[in-house]
Amino acid sequence: MSRESEQGMSVIVKTVTRLTVGLILLYGIYILSHGHLSPGGGFAGGVIIALSFVHLMLAYGKEVALRKLPRGAASFFESMGALMFLAISLLGFTAGTFFLNVLGKGEPFRLFSAGIIPLCNIAISLKVGAGLFAIFVALVLLKFESETKK
Amino acid sequence: MIELYILLIFMIVGAIIAVEMKDLLSSIVAVGAVGLALSIVFLILKAPDVAITQLVVELLALIILIRATLKRDLPFSTSGRWFLNTFITVIFIAVFLLIALVCLKDLPKFGYPIMRVSQEYLKDGLLKTGAPNIVAGIILDYRAYDTLGEATILFTAVMGVLAIARRVGRKREGQEDIEDKEEF
Repeated sequence: MSRESEQGMSVIVKTVTRLTVGLILLYGIYILSHGHLSPGGGFAGGVIIALSFVHLMLAYGKEVALRKLPRGAASFFESMGALMFLAISLLGFTAGTFFLNVLGKGEPFRLFSAGIIPLCNIAISLKVGAGLFAIFVALVLLKFESETKK
Repeated sequence: MIELYILLIFMIVGAIIAVEMKDLLSSIVAVGAVGLALSIVFLILKAPDVAITQLVVELLALIILIRATLKRDLPFSTSGRWFLNTFITVIFIAVFLLIALVCLKDLPKFGYPIMRVSQEYLKDGLLKTGAPNIVAGIILDYRAYDTLGEATILFTAVMGVLAIARRVGRKREGQEDIEDKEEF
């Protein structure tokens, strides 16, 4: 994050953003990885992860945020999430039916438990987070282009 | 399972018709038929939540598409045929009331809903899924098919937004004036 960048909001906003954006990202990862234990899950975690990048874009302008996560990478992560979710669901066919929980259940109330549910949460969060960020980027670029036309 | 294949073939035929048709309104009607068949398919595959979502979204999208396609309002004449119109309306109301009379008898008593499935989830949820968060256990294990459908809907929505907002294929300056006016 370049401090000398002229684009974006004031120094106060930039400093607070630099201090908090990592924490927001970490909180999103916590929410999604503990989705099978505590409230939250893939969707909420993905939205929080997307919001951390949106936060970065609002404070520092679009160049800095797009350098951290380019548009092509967002599309790639979204497709990867969808394919991963489908692959997990097809994994159930190795033991019988669609979406069967083939992995071991493990010990309840532990982080590594509940078989495929944490993996599904990770896939959904990739899909939701990258998808929301891609929509935001698309709308931002669209708005800038129509403004330059005038 | 035979009705599933009939519906799938119907959907493929409808999609081909929707792509190949020259008239915009006809292709929108074909898209609506595909969406209706898709919601019935969801119902057959025991995913009623997605079926309801699909039906509602399909109706909304259909109304928006028809409104965006037509240049002016459809001619709607009520004069001269009031007897036929009233007759058909009364018949439809009567048929609906008869069917409702039969169906409403089977509903549970007010204040005593049937909670058999929920009881099952609460009793064996932790044992069967291994997830203490029962919501995650239900949406990703018991009802994972619904979640897959919803994820597909979200994926399609993102794809649609990116396709509309992309830069490729947009018209140049000066070229857009005439064609934009025709569309709206």
